[in-house]
Amino acid sequence: MVRAPRDAATAWELIVLRVDVFKQLGEFSVNVAFTSEGRVTGLFGSSGAGKTSLVSMIAGLVQPDRGIIAVDSAVLYDGNARIHVPPHRRRIGYVFQDARLFPHLSVMQNLDYGRRMNQLARDAVAETRITDMLDIGHLLNRRPGGLSGGERQRVALGRALLSQPRLLLLDEPMGALDEERKAEILPYLKRLRDEGDVPMVFVSHDADEMRQLATQVVMLKRGRVAAFGGTEILPRIIAAA
Amino acid sequence: MIATLISTPIGIGVAWLLARRDFWGKPIIDAVIYLPLVLPPVVTGYLLLLLLGKRGILGAWLAEHLGIVFAFRWTGAAIACGVMSFPLLVRPIRLSIEAVDRRLEQAASTLGASPWKVFATVTLPLALPGVLAGMVLGFAKAIGEFGATITFVSNIPGETQTISSAIYSLIQTPDGDAAASRLVMISIGIAVLALIASEWFARRATQRLHGN
Repeated sequence: MVRAPRDAATAWELIVLRVDVFKQLGEFSVNVAFTSEGRVTGLFGSSGAGKTSLVSMIAGLVQPDRGIIAVDSAVLYDGNARIHVPPHRRRIGYVFQDARLFPHLSVMQNLDYGRRMNQLARDAVAETRITDMLDIGHLLNRRPGGLSGGERQRVALGRALLSQPRLLLLDEPMGALDEERKAEILPYLKRLRDEGDVPMVFVSHDADEMRQLATQVVMLKRGRVAAFGGTEILPRIIAAA
Repeated sequence: MIATLISTPIGIGVAWLLARRDFWGKPIIDAVIYLPLVLPPVVTGYLLLLLLGKRGILGAWLAEHLGIVFAFRWTGAAIACGVMSFPLLVRPIRLSIEAVDRRLEQAASTLGASPWKVFATVTLPLALPGVLAGMVLGFAKAIGEFGATITFVSNIPGETQTISSAIYSLIQTPDGDAAASRLVMISIGIAVLALIASEWFARRATQRLHGN
């Protein structure tokens, strides 16, 4: 029996992330609107541009003052309709800058956490595929305390993926790593983009990282969208801050 | 013992409320819980008697409608011990819940854990040393409780007697010294064992948190 090869490009175009939110945070406010269809939407900007606030709103950890957040036809937040889906029902994976692995659980239990919480059936194929892709198979019985920064970040990535999210948020996943470790993680993220089937939102202040990973870029400045487009909008030379 | 077992889940719940939630009247609840720590125990016992005694505000109703009587029963002694040991039980639990990194709780929620599951799978296991410390302290306080128990339910051997009140009775009795010193040894033994056990649990829990 011949099965038509899965056309990844078609599947990708179906995923639309729509964000139009306002949030006052003390003196600072985030007022951002964009609609992205890229497989990796980059949120680019210097620190304090509102990137993490925005990602927290998409994940549901922070509630906007008003606006709308939707992934495809699923409305996750709608200020007018008073819809605020709590984070645990959004099915949005979140990889934090500081990994946030559960210290009391082994790597394997960390990876399995999302499946247990969502009461999904065990999927050995997906598990093997993801642990292979991220090269973390040899770490399964270790505790997070004994892992290097790069290993932790890979486990965090695997943990988020195995919860079967419809969207994956990567908040400066290499931010806490030195140059060498960054170079160690980047190839995995690229693999994830090219082989994985989850669209991503990638947050970074590093134009070079952004250029390598993102397919669409939202440039943020002081809580506003400064530019939106392909990676060509990224600055060639990063101006000294 | 029973006082500790029953008040532990309540203590965990209250500790979580105090640690993680802000609500109207929180300072008042806070004060009421810690009140037995600073009130003379006899006063606490007397208040319990007024509230839950046979002619007490709640006690009369309970006795009439549900046939539950606390006065001069071991259940009453358990309540008195529970109330007296509650502040000691709650405080370490509350502190350890406050010490749990909220960012881990957020991470759990993005992985699909409902608030209740976040508590059961992340907060509580990470706060375990505090829970054990609270239980040990509460237990130690409960077996040594004297003032509130004797005021509320008197000192009936085999029914409402705590170790403290038993020792007190024996000392008052001629030739009771030998029996009293035996009980003294037992209570010292229990206290030491409890402290060692809690220390051991706490150390294991810390190991779990920080390394392989």
